[in-house]
Amino acid sequence: MRVNFTVNGRRQEADDVWEGESLLYVLRERMGLPGSKNACEQGECGSCTVRLDGIPVCSCLVAAGQVEGREVVTVEGLADYAKQRAEHGSCGTGACGTSVDEAKGWQAKPLDSQTGEGTQLAPIQQAFIDAGAVQCGFCTPGLLVAADEMLEHNPTPSDADIREALSGNLCRCTGYEKIMDAVRLAAARQGEAV
Amino acid sequence: MDFLRPASWEEALAAKAEHPTAVPIAGGTDVMVEINFDHRRPEYLLDLNRIGDLYEWEVGADSVRLGASVPYTRIMENLRGELPGLSLASHTVASPQIRNRGGVGGNLGTASPAGDAHPALLAAGAEVEAESVRGTRLIPIDEFYTGVKRNALAPDELIRAVHIKKADGPQQYSKVGTRNAMVIAVCAFGLALHPATRTVRTGIGSAAPTPVRAKAAEEFLNAALDEGGFWESGKIITPSVAKQFADLCAAACNPIDDVRGTASYRRHAVGIMARRTLTWTWESYRGTAAPTEGVA
Repeated sequence: MRVNFTVNGRRQEADDVWEGESLLYVLRERMGLPGSKNACEQGECGSCTVRLDGIPVCSCLVAAGQVEGREVVTVEGLADYAKQRAEHGSCGTGACGTSVDEAKGWQAKPLDSQTGEGTQLAPIQQAFIDAGAVQCGFCTPGLLVAADEMLEHNPTPSDADIREALSGNLCRCTGYEKIMDAVRLAAARQGEAV
Repeated sequence: MDFLRPASWEEALAAKAEHPTAVPIAGGTDVMVEINFDHRRPEYLLDLNRIGDLYEWEVGADSVRLGASVPYTRIMENLRGELPGLSLASHTVASPQIRNRGGVGGNLGTASPAGDAHPALLAAGAEVEAESVRGTRLIPIDEFYTGVKRNALAPDELIRAVHIKKADGPQQYSKVGTRNAMVIAVCAFGLALHPATRTVRTGIGSAAPTPVRAKAAEEFLNAALDEGGFWESGKIITPSVAKQFADLCAAACNPIDDVRGTASYRRHAVGIMARRTLTWTWESYRGTAAPTEGVA
């Protein structure tokens, strides 16, 4: 079947989708967006977390056909999503969004990287780098999407709030303390910016 | 496999009548796991996401009509006052991502003995609104669970909503698992005090082939509270009464040994949870209903 939906602010069409296919499979294997990770395929680990109409969900548990006409934001579109939110509250002009080609090539190269190839990062992404919250990196995309969503509606989270919001994201490098640091850092920077 | 996308409830009922083997999918948190792991290859998936009614709830005089697809997150945020037991149970469901998608309709449809909502529904008192092209019926929650992952729905029926009694007293929910988040219950217990009718209701999860009430325990406690004048006096529950209630709750279990726990552990834990939830709710009841004098 064919599925029409919006990915990172751009209209997309996925063809030859199997009826039992997950949104995660469509994103990774049909759109070429491997940022959302495929690990447990049963909603236990959170590494496939994306936003579906703004709500964080495990994309492995959303049937592809269920996203018809709906909006998905993946980690590849997070930088632009955060930028639009900071500048306009949301995407108002229609000129925003991240194309699939941009998303496919997206890499987290911070503006102060020594290679000089700066990429616009979401504040939460920059905070993860600065706090050293990335180890093997497999859980990172899901954590970024979940943490960014929490900071959107709860700009001054307590540690308990952070733990609760990230309780569906497993890190097997046991790096939670740095992850906590990163989210606190992002929250503090967000507070300064206002 | 065919993917059916009804745009309205009437279309969904028609599709289910035409294809009784169709598997309804809303949050997908049960169905997609089975498909991802190749445990299930339904002929038809019946997507209920486009039916807005299923995401709404109405608070009535005596009960809440909760749409089948209202996510657990919404229940926690909006219905804590009316449905405290179910709100507590909702908070123990998996993780935020899962609570954003899953709802009570799916828990009932799957009818797993480990479903987190069941003990709270049993304790509060509820009816399942099932509908087909033939008509609507309300199935009392006590008659809904018919076996391990089996329920009273006919093949052409869909769950539209659950009518849950509004709390008329304190409610509690307790769940045993290996960690706080992302855990399937080893066993669970729900308890609701109903001061309006001077009754106590219970619900046990994961300790029998279906979710069950501990009816003998309820009858014992109702009689003991009545005879002792506890509802009027608001006095502390006699430890021997609490113990007898806990023992009867443990006896209501018919558990199995499995990877999550042994049968004897489950029986023991249900007894402990029964005593604790009774104490918590009763203390809460005393806090509001007890006479002002003599409460140290």
